[in-house]
Amino acid sequence: MNIDLNLKIGGAAGQGLQTTGMALAKTLKKSGFHVFATQYYLSRVRGGHNTFQIRISDSPVFAMTETVDILLALDGESITQHMSELKEGVVVVDSDVIDVKENADSIFHVPMLKIAKDVCGDKIYSNSVSMGAVIGLLCLELSNLEFILKAAFKKKGDGVIQNNIDAARAGYNYVKENYPGGCKFEVSDPGKKEEMMLVNGNEAVGLGALAAGVQFLAAYPMTPSTGVMTYVAANADKFNVVVEQAEDEIAALNMILGASFAGARSMTTTSGGGFSLMTEALGLASITETPAVIFLCQRPGPATGLPTMTEQGDLQFVLNAAQGEFPRCILAPGTPEECFYLTTEAFNIADKYQIPVFVMSDQYLADSLFTCPRFDTSKVLVERHLLSDQELRTKKEEYKRYKLTPLGISPRALPGQEGVLVVADSDEHDEFGHINEDPVNRIKMNDKRMKKLEVLREEMPEAKVYGSSDASISLMGWGSTYGSLAEVVDILNDGGKSVNLVYFTHIHPIPVEPTKKLLAKAKKTVCVENNSTGQFSRLLKVDADINVTEHILRYDGKPFSPEFIIAALKEKGVI
Amino acid sequence: MVSIEDYGKFETAWCPGCGNFGILKAIKQALVNLGRSPHEVFIASGIGQSSKLPHYLKCNAFNGLHGRSLPPATGAKIANHEMTVLAVTGDGDCYGEGGNHFLHTVRRNPDITMIVHDNQIYGLTKGQASPTSEIGMKTKVQTHGVFNMPLNPLSLAISLDCSFVSRGYAGNISHLSKLIEKAIEHKGLSLVDVLQPCVSFNKLNTFKWYSERVYEMNESGYELNDRVRAFEKSLEWGDKIPLGVFYVNEKPSFEDYLDVLVQGPLYKNTPKTELVEELIDGFI
Ligand SMILES: Cc1ncc(C[n+]2csc(CCOP(=O)(O)OP(=O)(O)O)c2C)c(N)n1
Ligand code: SF4
Repeated sequence: MNIDLNLKIGGAAGQGLQTTGMALAKTLKKSGFHVFATQYYLSRVRGGHNTFQIRISDSPVFAMTETVDILLALDGESITQHMSELKEGVVVVDSDVIDVKENADSIFHVPMLKIAKDVCGDKIYSNSVSMGAVIGLLCLELSNLEFILKAAFKKKGDGVIQNNIDAARAGYNYVKENYPGGCKFEVSDPGKKEEMMLVNGNEAVGLGALAAGVQFLAAYPMTPSTGVMTYVAANADKFNVVVEQAEDEIAALNMILGASFAGARSMTTTSGGGFSLMTEALGLASITETPAVIFLCQRPGPATGLPTMTEQGDLQFVLNAAQGEFPRCILAPGTPEECFYLTTEAFNIADKYQIPVFVMSDQYLADSLFTCPRFDTSKVLVERHLLSDQELRTKKEEYKRYKLTPLGISPRALPGQEGVLVVADSDEHDEFGHINEDPVNRIKMNDKRMKKLEVLREEMPEAKVYGSSDASISLMGWGSTYGSLAEVVDILNDGGKSVNLVYFTHIHPIPVEPTKKLLAKAKKTVCVENNSTGQFSRLLKVDADINVTEHILRYDGKPFSPEFIIAALKEKGVI
Repeated sequence: MVSIEDYGKFETAWCPGCGNFGILKAIKQALVNLGRSPHEVFIASGIGQSSKLPHYLKCNAFNGLHGRSLPPATGAKIANHEMTVLAVTGDGDCYGEGGNHFLHTVRRNPDITMIVHDNQIYGLTKGQASPTSEIGMKTKVQTHGVFNMPLNPLSLAISLDCSFVSRGYAGNISHLSKLIEKAIEHKGLSLVDVLQPCVSFNKLNTFKWYSERVYEMNESGYELNDRVRAFEKSLEWGDKIPLGVFYVNEKPSFEDYLDVLVQGPLYKNTPKTELVEELIDGFI
């Protein structure tokens, strides 16, 4: 990595942080950089202190770091809170608007409001002035920003586009003429112009659902899952998807079970609190053997917790939610690419095994933007596992929804198909689906359902290894911690250590022997998780009898940075 | 031709003499009169004595959770709107545990027929008060007698502008089956609240008690879309209890708003997954 630059925009909600941040992230991506951007925001619509952080590099980046090169301060609070994160950096601030108490060389005044008024006659263009200023500090060409502004304001007409471009150019020129450090923050154009996407985790899940042919989505809004619901809703007409905002999460899951039972590919989206309400219907999905995809985007709990922060605190809950014993599958993406592909996989597993399948994400992954290679839709297969009319016509016996089979999977017909009646029940039932409380039947049906878990376990891919397979220290993680962990591996190996990352996307059921093998060579295993009790290592212990030697846990509502992990490894004497 | 025999004969887990038998007969009769074959019929039910009904006739069925008959019924209707979808439920199931779904399903107005076995008691859990139990009814839980105001399902439904509101009686099967027929034929959410004696636990509202009080309304006597009149009629309860259709409000059903259903049932739709490429272009 030759280029590694961090830009942080700080300000109150409602100040246009998101607009400025998105436009800059897109511009930098268009300039050929790898971009990672993440947001820190509070649960309020206006005010509070929020940040939008962008890291750019000439190599792939998947994590945020804790030092800042350019701080664009839209309020005084940004300077107070983040000045200390600057090493050799600069604070860009409009001192005409903000009362700057700090007096340091690093503070660089750009009269954004004045420029906006002078050039365009309206202060609303000061965001564009600030964007131009940032591009000027980086000593990049202005053309990519102009392109992005054109696209962003296309609907508002040529006048607005021109004003934004003029404002950006004025900000750019101001920096060129006045910044005493000249091209101190110059980042040379990396030249790579291959097709990369800039996408966040929630959009990638939404794309995955559409690529998988979702037909019905019912959900109740809850941060940070709502982005998937709105993404699918925004494209519903084009894709022939029905999206319904249910009256509550109980209705949402029950509704998709009805739809799925009747043949529509269905999913719901929620977060921990909403999922708490869905637990009874989760069991219903299992005993009725109705496919269901549940996108669960975690935030810290319990109860309402920290609505806009991140945590991986719901794993044990999802593993154990609902009464009784039954199979479920949990997938946990760590990057937008995985969000996309694993969501499509979730639908196929749900249809094949006729079980509930979770895609577990978290606020950090949901809201962070990543550059990644274009999603390859040719890799996506839509596998429905349904009996065709033809197969039904030639059947010899009366249709049994819960026919006992060696793998526990019963051939699935749909209600409304001629020649069959399909009956499902939440009570224990016989092969036809009718209530049956006989103990022998109970054992057969329970075994049938649990059998699916073991068959699925064989099919689940083993964890991925990042770094050398015979390292003496294995870091372990699941889901959204991937980026920071991979970077830690690079940093430590560059420093002469022998470290790899064993990283899990297929969380449950875990293939036991392959997983043990992956970890056999490591002298130390360190499980890194965004929760306070080491929930994933508990799963490894219970599911695969694997003991982890060390834990690094974070549960203050924030994601891991590579620095945080390295400091913890040192503190624990692992390195 | 569809006949009663096509709907089969099953052993039930109901007490002899229970009002549920009358409702079952009326449902079968209505489906036969409408010429619906079992495979065209989908019944979602909750949990309770009443909710076992779909097991006692041939049809497609989703016997789900207590209070939750309406959401799966709605989901199934969206997935395949060519099916005749019924939600069979109890007063505890629908007005108690599932009250929220009742409110919002009325608002949503899918083309579903809700048949509520209103026995003013919880049968399956052996005789506790339900949301429609009368004031003063003593049970093992309501030891001093019920003092919570009973819910009036018809008034509530009319106040929410439910598309079709009616009341039947399990002791008058021919009237009830006609009512169910009308409800099924009506496009939009239809409520059929059925007075159903529970011979085991409700010692107050017995067959005798009802038979002395119920009367069939003369529907030609007033405009069925007169909401105020319907509301007034729904408040009549005591020595005389009206049966029949109280209110009809023709309006678009939930499915009418779903343009995608014009081409056929949603589940048969081939998703336009190829369009994902266009969306991906937007992220480049
Ligand atoms: C979540 C949940 N709570 C409670 C029950 C227990 N339960 C089963 S049926 C029932 C009430 C039944 O009353 P009603 O709906 O009026 O039906 P009926 O048996 O009278 O026909 C209750 C409380 C349950 N199955 N699930
Ligand atoms: S308990 Fe009451 S409602 Fe239930 S079957 Fe017996 S009589 Fe009917």
